[in-house]
Amino acid sequence: MSTATHSLPRTIGAHAILITYTAIALFPVILVVMNSFKSRAGIFGAPLTPPTPKTFDLIGYTTVFGQGDFFHYFQNSLVVTVASLFFVLLFGAMASFALSEYRFRGNTLMGLYLALGIMIPIRLGTVAILQLMVASGLVNTLTALILVYTAQGLPLAIFILSEFMKQVSNDLKNAGRIDGLSEYTIFFRLVLPLVRPAMATVAVFTMIPIWNDLWFPLILAPSEETKTVTLGAQLFLGQFVTNWNAILAALSLAILPVLILYVIFSRQLIRGITSGAVK
Amino acid sequence: MGSLKIENVKKAFGPVEVLKGIDLQVNDGEFVVFVGPSGCGKSTLLRVIAGLEDSTSGRVLIDGGDVSVTPPAKRGIAMVFQTYALYPHLTVKNNMALGLKQAGTPAAEIERRIKIASAMLSLEPYLERRPAELSGGQRQRVAIGRAVVREPKLFLFDEPLSNLDAALRVNTRLEIAQLHRRLKATMIYVTHDQVEAMTLADKIVVLNAGRIEQIGSPMELYNSPANEFVAGFIGSPKMNFIDGAKLGETAKTIGVRPEHLTVDANSGAWKGTVVHAEHLGADTNLYLDCEKAGLITVRIFGVYNAEPGSVLYATPDAAKTYRFGADGKVLR
Ligand SMILES: Nc1ncnc2c1ncn2[C@@H]1O[C@H](COP(=O)(O)OP(=O)(O)OP(=O)(O)O)[C@@H](O)[C@H]1O
Ligand SMILES: [Mg+2]
Repeated sequence: MSTATHSLPRTIGAHAILITYTAIALFPVILVVMNSFKSRAGIFGAPLTPPTPKTFDLIGYTTVFGQGDFFHYFQNSLVVTVASLFFVLLFGAMASFALSEYRFRGNTLMGLYLALGIMIPIRLGTVAILQLMVASGLVNTLTALILVYTAQGLPLAIFILSEFMKQVSNDLKNAGRIDGLSEYTIFFRLVLPLVRPAMATVAVFTMIPIWNDLWFPLILAPSEETKTVTLGAQLFLGQFVTNWNAILAALSLAILPVLILYVIFSRQLIRGITSGAVK
Repeated sequence: MGSLKIENVKKAFGPVEVLKGIDLQVNDGEFVVFVGPSGCGKSTLLRVIAGLEDSTSGRVLIDGGDVSVTPPAKRGIAMVFQTYALYPHLTVKNNMALGLKQAGTPAAEIERRIKIASAMLSLEPYLERRPAELSGGQRQRVAIGRAVVREPKLFLFDEPLSNLDAALRVNTRLEIAQLHRRLKATMIYVTHDQVEAMTLADKIVVLNAGRIEQIGSPMELYNSPANEFVAGFIGSPKMNFIDGAKLGETAKTIGVRPEHLTVDANSGAWKGTVVHAEHLGADTNLYLDCEKAGLITVRIFGVYNAEPGSVLYATPDAAKTYRFGADGKVLR
């Protein structure tokens, strides 16, 4: 190994930069989690110190669990996120397979059309979407949210996945055809496992905005039955009094599921990268 | 069982015509090799035969039956790919079994065929491994095994050896030759390796820019090429082409193979200086810059010591000199 790439000052420099970045990125999160375990006086008295025996208080969590149906909100968020993610990945992958595998008239145009959504924010269409949902009787259902989020996630998914699908060996697909596999089997059994790292990337990119979204739950599904966590947390934001303990506790809890999903997908990501490298 | 007939097959990708009317007859049990420069349409033709690509026009007949609308799995063919194309998630055994399972072959029969094929290709120790745990040569043998167990009427090989190193290539070539002898199956083989083509083929098909230039046995192509392209393509080192006008000949171009030239230090037809000498042990390739003929290659059997810069005379074997007309065709 050459010493140039492993010199001590370089290593220290690189680590210093990375650690600083991590600290900056994690700071708000840590602040939220830390303060969620403090009493109201503790939060306002010394917001930057970790909870001490004197300021430690679980009042935020007890409020959250006592008031409103927070567990239910969680469930709603999870259902919406997982279902939308499932449909984005399924339809996104199928569309990209068709775009990259089959030659048909208007292929390029179709690809462009499907990718256009990346540049046009779906919120511009909120009024039309609301009218549509009212007309189809889907207001205040989770279905409405799932439909909107699926539409929102598809363009980027198709854009990324079709690039990766193009790289899957043609020979492999052809070998499958000669062995009599149907196009569906080729897609699900041969191609999908090979683009798993790309799917994980898309999943991460798609998941976080859906979980954090406040806009569409507020407009399309604000009922008690269909509230998501982000919407539910608004309960504690009053016009005159804001229950900071409860908000911070709710936010801390809201981090957990995304974190779990993220860990699952990033495993896939890393596995994909290393399996490609070792060959 | 296993004849193939191709009638005026054309293939275009959009405006680009890749195959411009191919006619070919392959008899039962023949080993046919497609050769040609990169991009001439060899793989495309093979894929049309396999049914992986639709032809734009023309017919493909296997055993006399038109298969133009038959899906690849029902054509009675098997294909071996350059990149092996093994299913990464299946063991060697299941890789071989998949096609048979899809076709509804009884399990006992699948077992029997895998046993025979793996014995034939020495794959028994690896049956439970996955492709990622095999070397390149082993992978290609699995790919061949996967073709063998299907007991096809027609084997299609698309440059199966080009990802292997030189020593392995010779071994696997031998295995394919033995396989052909043992199975007596019809095989079509794409390569751009001269040696593979010459050693394996009963019949070579030389393709160029989507057309067949010549069909014949290896020796026919070597001894009587139909045109300049085939003459230049078959044989290594390449045939020397000399402008006829410079030699005072009526033909447009004169062709002499490097092995049909002799050199002498004192006298001969063409005087030239040695530019470079390649010593291969068994033969020596000399590059001569001749006054009349230009730069030519001479292949001498055995060791021949020639210093660059020294003067030598080259003489072509008159009986083995080819004359080409302005259209590139051989003049007789
Ligand atoms: N799917 C496709 N779309 C457009 N053009 C194609 C397609 N497949 C092949 N071609 C073109 O057809 C021509 C012939 O390709 P083909 O793969 O048959 O060449 P080949 O003789 O097998 O070459 P090689 O020896 O490099 O494998 C090439 O010019 C290639 O660019
Ligand atoms: Mg090819």
